[in-house]
Parts: sequence; structure tokens; C-alpha cells
Amino acid sequence: MKIVGFVVSLIITLALTVALSVKIESIPPLGYFLDPFHGFWQNAESEDLYVDPLLPAQVRQPVTVLYDSLMIPHIFAQNETDLYWAQGYVQASHRLWQMEFVTHVAAGRVAEIVGERALEFDRRQRRKGLGFAAEHSLQVMQENETAKRITEAYSDGINAYIQSLSYEDYPIEYKLLNYQPEPWTPLKSALLLKYMADDLAGSEDDLESTNALKLFGKEELDRYFPVFLPNRDPIIPTDQRWDFKPTMLDTPTVTFEDSTFYTTTGEKPNPDNGSNNWAVSGARTRSGSPLLANDPHLGLNLPSIWYLVQLHAPEVNVFGATLPGAPGVIIGVNDSIAWGVTNAQRDVKDWYHIEFSNNTRDEYLFGDRMLKTQRRIEEIKVRGEETFYDTVIYTHYGPVMYDQTFPADSSIRAQRNYAMKWVAHDPSLETLTFYYLNRAQNYQEYVAALDYYMSPAQNFVFASATNDVAMWVQGAFPNKWKDQGRFLMDGSHPEQEWKNYIPKEHNAHVLNPERGFVSSANQVPVDTTYPYYVYNSSYEHFRNRRINTLLSGLRRATPQDMMDIQNDTYNQKAADVLGQMLDSLDLSQLTPEEKDRYDLLRGWNLKNTINQKAPTIFEVWWDTFYDQLWDEFAIDSISLNPPNYAATISLMKQYPDDPIFDSQRTTSVETMKDILQESFRAAGQKLDQWVEEQEEDYQWGDYKATSVQHMLQLAPFSVENVPVGGGRNIVSANSSRHGASWKMVVALGEEVQAWGVYPGGQSGNPGSPFYTNMLDTWAKGRYYPMKFFSDPEDAPSSVLVRQTFSPDSSNPE
Amino acid sequence: MKFIAKIIVIAGLSYIAELFFPWWSVVVCAFLVNFLLPTKGFNAFLSGFLGVGLLWLMFAWAIDADTNSILSAKVAMLFQLSSSSIMVAVTGLVGGITGGFAALTGSLLRNINRKEPAKPGYYT
Repeated sequence: MKIVGFVVSLIITLALTVALSVKIESIPPLGYFLDPFHGFWQNAESEDLYVDPLLPAQVRQPVTVLYDSLMIPHIFAQNETDLYWAQGYVQASHRLWQMEFVTHVAAGRVAEIVGERALEFDRRQRRKGLGFAAEHSLQVMQENETAKRITEAYSDGINAYIQSLSYEDYPIEYKLLNYQPEPWTPLKSALLLKYMADDLAGSEDDLESTNALKLFGKEELDRYFPVFLPNRDPIIPTDQRWDFKPTMLDTPTVTFEDSTFYTTTGEKPNPDNGSNNWAVSGARTRSGSPLLANDPHLGLNLPSIWYLVQLHAPEVNVFGATLPGAPGVIIGVNDSIAWGVTNAQRDVKDWYHIEFSNNTRDEYLFGDRMLKTQRRIEEIKVRGEETFYDTVIYTHYGPVMYDQTFPADSSIRAQRNYAMKWVAHDPSLETLTFYYLNRAQNYQEYVAALDYYMSPAQNFVFASATNDVAMWVQGAFPNKWKDQGRFLMDGSHPEQEWKNYIPKEHNAHVLNPERGFVSSANQVPVDTTYPYYVYNSSYEHFRNRRINTLLSGLRRATPQDMMDIQNDTYNQKAADVLGQMLDSLDLSQLTPEEKDRYDLLRGWNLKNTINQKAPTIFEVWWDTFYDQLWDEFAIDSISLNPPNYAATISLMKQYPDDPIFDSQRTTSVETMKDILQESFRAAGQKLDQWVEEQEEDYQWGDYKATSVQHMLQLAPFSVENVPVGGGRNIVSANSSRHGASWKMVVALGEEVQAWGVYPGGQSGNPGSPFYTNMLDTWAKGRYYPMKFFSDPEDAPSSVLVRQTFSPDSSNPE
Repeated sequence: MKFIAKIIVIAGLSYIAELFFPWWSVVVCAFLVNFLLPTKGFNAFLSGFLGVGLLWLMFAWAIDADTNSILSAKVAMLFQLSSSSIMVAVTGLVGGITGGFAALTGSLLRNINRKEPAKPGYYT
């Protein structure tokens, strides 16, 4: 009996211990996780910031790090290698999980962590060739002395931090998902930049446009999708003269005839990825020195996308926003210059139909020859399952992303083979652009730094203390003949191939324009006078015009004016179209409730502020109208993208009687007026329904419900219903999941001053007071003065803690 | 008193063990203490339950208080628990139950080869 009792008790004890030590479904191993000595409890941080004051490290000379009241590290090193080592160490100590996770996302290694449900995603990432591209970049990084030195020092710093960790120190996400950080490598820094390239330069509509061409014909297509809109306001002012002789191309006779409709287009980067930047010349500022502003719009995520840092060493003293995972400052300011970026959209990704000689897919037709393919076997580890092997065929264009095996869902699978040609597959050294920008003292050095920059193309705004302001639309842009790559191309025709790139010095740019400022907001970069073909499926058309209107009105601009513009919620889209929409309504048909909404819109100040109802009515009405108008583009089995808002408004003004306004659902013939009337009624019903479901009124802030979400979409680690104004196509670009991920204003001059804020905090740890400490300030449209310390010895009292890395004598490395 | 002393021994040993080993070291501690020191039946379970459970509860509670529940409140939501105090309680409970069974097992193993002490009998 006693033995039975013992055995039963032993089994229970062992079973409990084992059950609490393994991950079951989505529940972490509870013994490890709940243990207050090692588990999640150890991730909770108190208000008092604690860091080891003195750490023996692999540095050559002592490095001092001062953390200011926002926990921004100010790193003072005595040589560059130590500087980037310390940047890696410090960044990892606040953002390790995020840095590694993002590079896993880029590399298509998510299934390794979360299992089978990410397999399709991983295959897609790999078939885009992101890993292939990162390996190319790594190769050139290792051949360049400077790039090799800084990426390796940065890696070593991250690894020194990782090696110092045991389970209790791991970021909580590792504990939740039950895995461990792996060593960092320079390849991961390359992967991070390819992740950004995918996010910012990975979008195109080529297959959708091919479908639209077949459905509607070229004439309609050009009417519905104009590249140059009548009231355009390009990045480079229209009075710019192009004083170079362009490299011209012969346009081959190509007909885009295709008998097939395509359904194979998967998830694409968010079309709201965009940004604002501008610089005002000293002639138009109160101080007489330039002002510069930048706010990149990206997904509102936690841990925050950006991480602030000051990097100080001989020859460099720079402050600004970094991307965790890449060395150097991406957007920032030094003693002499400031710079910022917005995305420079251009069609830099094209598709080629590949004709293989047979099923082995060893060869494909190119002109009158057969070319050999290469195979890349992607080994995708899947947690809890067998490893998945995916064979991706590579042509000289690039990877055959879509073929008989991908997508896995056969109902949307391509019957044919499409190879991707993408600028980001080429080897490049963007890291060096930032390295040199961080050190640049003047316009010439800024231009030289841009030589290394290929992808994702950006509009680099610039201002210097010596009173230069400039804008370069910089990236590797293929030199294309008209409509090249706008549609699916035939990979067997050599004349459809990209021939060369636009020479860097011919990239659109402007220095000290007459109007006294430069600006960009993802709009069309140039006017029709630019001698090269410029195309993108969608360019911004509202924020840029509003910004330029506001900047043109400033005579003695101050930093506060820059902040006011960044926070501007004026709805340019509504200004363009609402009058026409309201005028076309037949008021006699409106119910009393509808009349009330009509009156609200008539009285609206056109600002998307949080406590007004009019912006909600307008946006819902617009969306409803837009969907009804473009119902021709909503066909289940065919991938199509309707024209963007700007093109839609242009159509309403120029072709109000176009047959496209006729609804496909009815037998009668509708006009634009009918659709506006009908959509106004339908929008009212949507609003009523929303009020009923949410049990609150539809003020814009509540309706839009901006949220800043944890990357794993864990609600408790996210912040919902952030009260912030703005919206899509508005200068204050905060929509529900998207917005100003970093806001910076810089005043140059004798002494540089900077202000900034972002929707989160320096720590990536949900258990830290610095996880979302800047969010309220951000939502209120306020800023923090950004501190530059010139010397660690006269550190002001605002410094929270001080950390020194001292050369470790026991470790001669 | 002996019982309370034993709880303290289990908690103390577990505390020291956790400085060097993962969480399951508390299982070993509760087991060993009850294997080496005599206790009977339910009291054995209780010694492990309270020794490990209180240690975890107190430690979790201290962290919770020190950090204003900054993380425990969020993790509680993740586990669909209503508050950080419940998170503290659950932590104590998980430690307690595991410690309890480990202690019981240790005590039962000790008793396999021992005769039960003769009861003060009326029949001798």
C-alpha cells in the first residue's frame, strides 16, 4: 500500500513538473514563466532606472554612456569601433527581442518560432528574395573596410549583451514564446535594411494593372490612372531646369496583350507608408538659420520602430533616430547639418513571365537563346513539425516567386511562372550613406554620402548651419521607356529587360530653390519636364499641397510653426471634393437626420480633430461613395486595384459623366449625382449601426480609434484608443494603425537645437516605465527638447544614470 | 513549532536553490526536506505547499508592489485574469501545489521502509 501511495504521488509530482516546464499550445511553460525568481516577474521594472555603473567590456578605451530623463543614451567613445560596439550593446539591452524578431520576419523564419501558421508567410518572404538580397549586401559590406568594421563592431556589442544574459534576463517575449536569442551577425543588419526595402519599396500594382488593361483598355486606363494630375505639386519645384543630357532609351514596340487574368497577388505593404519632410531656408525664418522637420509615417507598433541615441567620438557627434538592428543614425542632426527622409515611391519592382524549356525548369527562353536557371533550396524550420523545403528557381531577372507551388492555395495559384526584378536584390551599402551623413558638415558631403544609397529610395531633405537647404530624390531607379514594367512583361524578350539605371547625378534634386523651402510628402517627384520616365501606381496628392501652402505662408518661421504644421489636421481631400459632393445632393430627398448630418458637413472647419463628428461623416461617406463608384474593380476572381483618391477626385471634376459612375448592381443607369445621393444615405446607416454597436457617439477620435500595437498583437502590451487627431492623406497622418512614428524639428545655427517625440518609449519591455512614456506627449502634439551633451564630464542634472564600459584586462580581445 | 520550522527550512532552501538553478529546484528542495525530516501525511503536503507557495507568493507580491504592477497587470490580462493580485495568487498557488506534491512524495518515500510508530496502545 505504501508503495502504491508513493508511486502515485511521485507520478503526480513528475507530471506536474514536466507539464509546467513545457509550452502547451500558446501557454508558456508556467513553471519557468511564473517563477518569481526567473520568470516574467523579473521583467517588471520599477521607476528607478538601474544600469550597471561599471561594466568590464571588450572595448579598447573606456566608453561612457549617459542616460537622460527619457532614457536616451548619449554614448561617448574614444574611437569608432568602440562607438558602434556600445551602440550595439545599448540598443540590444533595450530592444533585443524586436531586433531579432524583425530580422526573423525578413528572413522568413517566423514558423521556427510560432509554428505552421507562419509557413506561408515565411515562404513568401523567402520567395521575394529578401535573404538572397541580404546575402548580396553582406558580401559588399565585407569587401568595404569601413562597412565591415562598423557592422562587426556593432554585432560584437550586441553579442556581448546576449552572452551576458540568462533566462531571467530575457525579454518577456522570449519567455512567452519559449525560445532563446541567437548570436547576432552582420547578415542580420543587412536583413533589417531589406525588411525596410520590402516595406517601403516592395509595393507595385503590375499584375492588377495588367488585369485592368485587359478589362478596360488602354484609353480608359490612362483616364482612370493618370500619373500627372492637373493640380499636382511635385517635390522638385516646377521651375527647376534640368541641366544635364539624359541617357535616352529606344522605346521598343511592345504590346501588352495577355489572355489571362491574374489572381496571384498577396499581402502588400501598407499604402499609408509615407512621410513628411521639409526645410525652410534662413531667409524665411526668425533666427535667420534654417529649420528642418521630418515625420516618417509607419505602422504604429510597440516596441517602437525608432530608438533615439547620441553618438559621440572623434570626428562624429550626431543625435537622432536609429533603427534597432542597424548601426548609425538614420534621421538626425549633428553640429553642422540635419537631414530626414520620406519614401520616394517609384515602380522599382517588375514582373516577367518566364517560359521554361520543360518541366525540369533548368532552362528558360531569352531571345533566341536558352538561359540556365539556378535553384535555391529554402530550408524552413517549423516549430513542432518537420522542416519544410522550398525550391525557388532563380533567373537572371530574379526569383520566380509565383509558380506551380506557390501560393499554396491552389484557387489563387498562378498557372504560369513569374520572375521578380527588384532593385533591392542588387548589392548595396546603405549603411555607408548613414555613416557619412552622420559626419557630414556641408552640402557637398551630404551629396557624397548619398552615392551609396540605392534602396528603398528616399527623399533626403537637408539643411546646414551655413544656410543651405536641399532635397535629393535618391535611390537606384531603372531607366525605363514609357510604360515599361507597368504591366507584366515577357521575360523571353530581351528588349523588355531593364537596360541601365538613371545616373545618380540625374536623380531629381534641388538646392536652395527660389521659394525658400524644400519639402516632400511622397508626391510625384517631378513635373513632366523631367527627361526620364517616372511612374508609380499611386502618389500622394494632398499632404504635400497642404504643407506647401502652409510653408509658403511663413515669413519669419519658428520651430513652433514647424510643430504646428506637423500637427496640422486640415483635410485637403475634403477641401478638394466636399463642396462638389454636398452641392450635388438633392436636399428634398433627405430625412431630418440626414439633413442634420448635411448641416454638420456644411459647417465643418475641414479639420480632422478628435472631438468633431463631421470628419467621421465625411470619411464614411467618402469611403462608401468610393466603393460604390469603383464596383467595377471588385471582382472576386481577379486582382484589381481601383484608382486612388486623388485620381478619383480628378475624374469627378473632369469627367462627371463618365460611364464608370453607373452602378453594376442595378439595371438602371446611374450618374455621379445618383451615387453621391445613395452613398450619403448608406453612410448614414453605417454610422447609425456603429453607434448602436459601440454605444457611443461617432466623434472622429473614437471612430478612428488609433491604436499602437505590440508586434505580436497582444492587446495587453498594446495601447488602444489613443486620442490623436489627423488621418489618411492629412499632414498629421495618424490613422487607426498608422501614423507619425517619429517627429523631429531642428533649428540650425550657432547652436543646434532639436525637438522630438515618438509614440512609445526607449524601452521595448512592456514591464518598463519607459515602454510608452512618450505616448501622451505624442498624442497631444507636444515635443521634448532633445539634449546634446558636448562632454560627459559636464553632464547636467537631467541625466538619470551613468554607465561606463571599461576595457576588460582579463580579455585581451 | 516543528511544522513551522520545516516550512521555513523548505522556503529557505528553495530560495538559495533558486539563486543557482531553474524553477524546478524548489521541487527537489521540498522533496528532500520531507525525505530527511519526519512528517505525516497531509502535513507533509502542507509543508511543501506553504514553504514553496509562500516563498513564491511573497516574492511575487514584493515585485508587484515595487513595480506598481506595471507588468503583472498586463500579464494578468494576457491570462484573462482580472487583476495583478490574482496573478500574484496564481503564482503562489502554482508554486504551492508543485511544492506540496514534491513534499508529499518525499515523505511517502521516507515512510516506505519505516514501521509506523507504535501508537500508545490500550491493548499492549
